[in-house]
Amino acid sequence: MVEVLSQTSDQSAEFETQDLLLNVGPQHPSTHGVFRMVMTVDGEVVRDVIPYIGYLHRGAEKLCETMDFRQGIGFMDRTEYLAAFNAELSYVMAVEALADLEVPERAQWIRMILCELNRLSSHFMFLGAFGVDTGVFGTPFIYAWREREALIDLFEEVSGDRMMYAYFRPGGVAWDVPVNFVDRVREVLISATQGINDFDSLLSENEIFLARTQGVGSISATRAIALGMSGPSLRASGVDMDIRRDEPYLKYDQIDWDVITGEHGDVFDRYYCRVLEMRESIKIVKQCLEHLAPGPILPEKLPRMLRTPPGEVYLRTEAPRGEYGVYMVSKGGNRPYRCKVRSSCLSNLQALQELTIGEYVADAIVILGSIDIVLSEVDR
Amino acid sequence: MSVELFGASLNPWVDAAIRLQLVVGFMTVVVMGLIYAERKILARFHQRVGPQKTGPRGLLQSVADAVKLVGKEDLRPAAADPWTFELAPYFVFIPIFLGFVIVPWVQGWNVRLLELGILYFVAISSVSIVGWVMAGWGSDNRYAIIGALRAAAQGISYELPLVLALLSAAMLAGSLQLDKIVEFQSAVPLIVWQPLGFFIFFVAALAELNRTPFDIPVGESEIVGGPFVEYSGIRWSMFFLAEYAGMLIMAFVGSSVFLGGYSWPFGEDFGLPLQVLLAAGKGGLFIFLIFWVRASVPRLRIDQLMGYSWKILLPFSFLQILINGFVLVYGLPHIILLITGVLSLGLLFWVTEGIVQRPLKSRRRRARPIAIQEAEVS
Repeated sequence: MVEVLSQTSDQSAEFETQDLLLNVGPQHPSTHGVFRMVMTVDGEVVRDVIPYIGYLHRGAEKLCETMDFRQGIGFMDRTEYLAAFNAELSYVMAVEALADLEVPERAQWIRMILCELNRLSSHFMFLGAFGVDTGVFGTPFIYAWREREALIDLFEEVSGDRMMYAYFRPGGVAWDVPVNFVDRVREVLISATQGINDFDSLLSENEIFLARTQGVGSISATRAIALGMSGPSLRASGVDMDIRRDEPYLKYDQIDWDVITGEHGDVFDRYYCRVLEMRESIKIVKQCLEHLAPGPILPEKLPRMLRTPPGEVYLRTEAPRGEYGVYMVSKGGNRPYRCKVRSSCLSNLQALQELTIGEYVADAIVILGSIDIVLSEVDR
Repeated sequence: MSVELFGASLNPWVDAAIRLQLVVGFMTVVVMGLIYAERKILARFHQRVGPQKTGPRGLLQSVADAVKLVGKEDLRPAAADPWTFELAPYFVFIPIFLGFVIVPWVQGWNVRLLELGILYFVAISSVSIVGWVMAGWGSDNRYAIIGALRAAAQGISYELPLVLALLSAAMLAGSLQLDKIVEFQSAVPLIVWQPLGFFIFFVAALAELNRTPFDIPVGESEIVGGPFVEYSGIRWSMFFLAEYAGMLIMAFVGSSVFLGGYSWPFGEDFGLPLQVLLAAGKGGLFIFLIFWVRASVPRLRIDQLMGYSWKILLPFSFLQILINGFVLVYGLPHIILLITGVLSLGLLFWVTEGIVQRPLKSRRRRARPIAIQEAEVS
C-alpha cells in the first residue's frame, strides 16, 4: 500500500500532459478547399499530422476514358482550375504525341503565352492566399485578385471563359486570338509587373512576414526529391530542375529566361521562388510576343473525329505547381483507354507531414499554404 | 451631498447612473460607427468600395448587422458548460465598459475622474481575459481552448509593458488622474517627451486589444476565431461590441496620456467645440493607426509574440522609466527626454530588425537565377 501511494505521488510530481488531437478541415478557412489534416498538438507544437484527401474526388480520369479526345480537354480544366491552360496543355500534347500531329508555329506561341500568363495568374492566387494564411487581413488577397482579374479578363477575351477555358485543341488552338491580343497582353504585363512590385513591398520586405516564414518548414534537396516534389516547391530547396528547360516543349528553347532556385527550402524560399518566377514569366511572354506571327492555328489536315493509333505516352509539362503529367494509353479509336494524371499537388503534398512535425500550429497553416495545393488537382 | 449635472444638483449615485447611461448609450452608437469606419477604411486599403447598399453610402450597415445578429439563434453546443459558456460574454463586456468611467472625453465630460485613474484602467481592462478563458473553456471546442490559452498568455505578457509605458508618462505628469495628465500636456503633448513610451504603449495596446499583428487568440486563418468559434447571435455580437469598445477606450486613454487629449498646444483659450474636435481627432487618429496596421502586417507566432514582449518591450519600458527617473531626480531639462527617447526608439527598431533571421537584402543575392547556357555546360 505504501508503495502504491509513493508511486502515485511520484506520478503527480511529474507534470503529466496529454497531446491534443486537433482536426483542421475539411471546412477551415486555410485548407485551400476541402483538405483535412488531423494534427496531434502538444501545447502549440505539432507532433503528428495525418492528411486526408479525397473530398473533391470526381473521377476525372475515369470519365476521360468515356470521352473522346476533344471532350477530355474540359475535364483537364477542372482538375487544375487555377491553371487550366497548363493542365489542358499536357493532355493536348499527349494526344498530339499519340496521333503524331504537327502543331503550327502560331498555335505554339499562343499556347506558350497563355500558359505563362496562366502561371502568373495562378501564382498571384498563391500570393494572395498565402498572405492571408500568414495573417494579413485580406489585403494581399484583394491585391492579388486585382491582378488576377486583369489576366482572367484577357483569358475570357481569348477563350470565352474565365476559368474553364477548353481553348487548346489537339493540333493547335480552338480559334485565333482577338486582333488586339498583343496590345492587351502588353497592358496586362505592365499591370502584373506593378502587382509583383506591390507584393514585394507588402510581404517580401515585411519584417513580421520574414520572421514568420524564414527558417520554417525547411526540407532538404534530397528529401524533396525523394518525396517526389516538383515545381517551385522543389526548386526552393535548391534543386535546379525545370521541365521547361530540361525537356523543352513548345518553344521554350528559343527563349532566353532563367530558372529560379532557392537555397534553404523553407517557406520563405518557396514563396520567393514563386515571386521571382513570375518575373521570369513576364520575361518569357514579352519575348513570345515578338515571335508571334500570323499563320495557321490548326494543322491543315485535321480529321473531324480524331483517332489515334494504339500506343502509350507519358507527357509532362511544367505547370505552376510543378510537374503536371498525363499518361495516356490508346488502343486505337477516338478515346483514350486510360488517362492518368500525374498531379503535382498530390506529390508536393506528400511532404506536408515531414515539413510540419515539430513546428507550431500557426506554422502548419503557413507551410500548407506554401506548398500551394489545389484540391481539385490532388483529388481529381 | 449632491453633485452638479447639467445645472441640476443630484444625488451622487443618481448622477453617476445618468452619466454612465449617457456614456454607454453614446458608446454603443460610436462603436457601430467604428465598425462602419473600419469596414470603409479597410475597403480603401483593399481598393474595394466597402458597404454601400444599406442606407446612404452604406451608413446603416452596422444597424443591419446588429438586427441580423439579434435575430439569429443563440446556439449552445450540447457538450458546452452552460454557465461558463453563457456568462463569458458578460465577463468580457462588463470590464471593458467599466473602463469608460475614467476617460476624460473633454473638459467636464466624464463619469468619474478617479485619482488613481490609470491604475483603475489597467486593472479593470485585464479582467476581460477571464471572460476569454471562460469562453474558450466553456465552448468545449479545441480551437476555442487554444485561443483562450493564447489570450491568457498574451494578456499577461503585454499587460506589463502597457502599465510601464503609462507609468512613465504618469511620472512626468506627476499624477495618475487622467485629466491632470491632460492638463499637464497643455503646452507640449507627452509624445514629444516620450516617443519610446508611446511606441511601447501602442504596441502593447494592439496586443491588449488582440488586434493584428497580435491577434493570435482569434487567429482567423489558424484557429478560426478562437474562443468565439462556437458563439452566435447576440452573444457573439457582445464580444464584437466589447472588442470595438475596448479599442475606443484604449484610443482615448492613449490620446489623453500621450497626445494631449482635448488640449490644444497653442494657447489656453479654447472652447468646447474645439475640445470635442481635438479629442475626436486625436482618438480617431489612434484608431486609424490600428486599422492601418491591421491592413498591412501579418500575424506573429506565439513564441515570437511572447519573446517580443519579454525580451524587447519590457526592458525598453524599464529603460524609459530609468531615463525619466534620472531626468526628474536631477532636474535635467526635458529636451534630454526627447533625445534619449528618439535614440532608444532607434535602438529598439535596430534590435527588432536584428531578430529577423535573414534580411531580404542578402536573400535577394541568394536566390540565384541560373542561366540556361550555364546549366547546359555543367
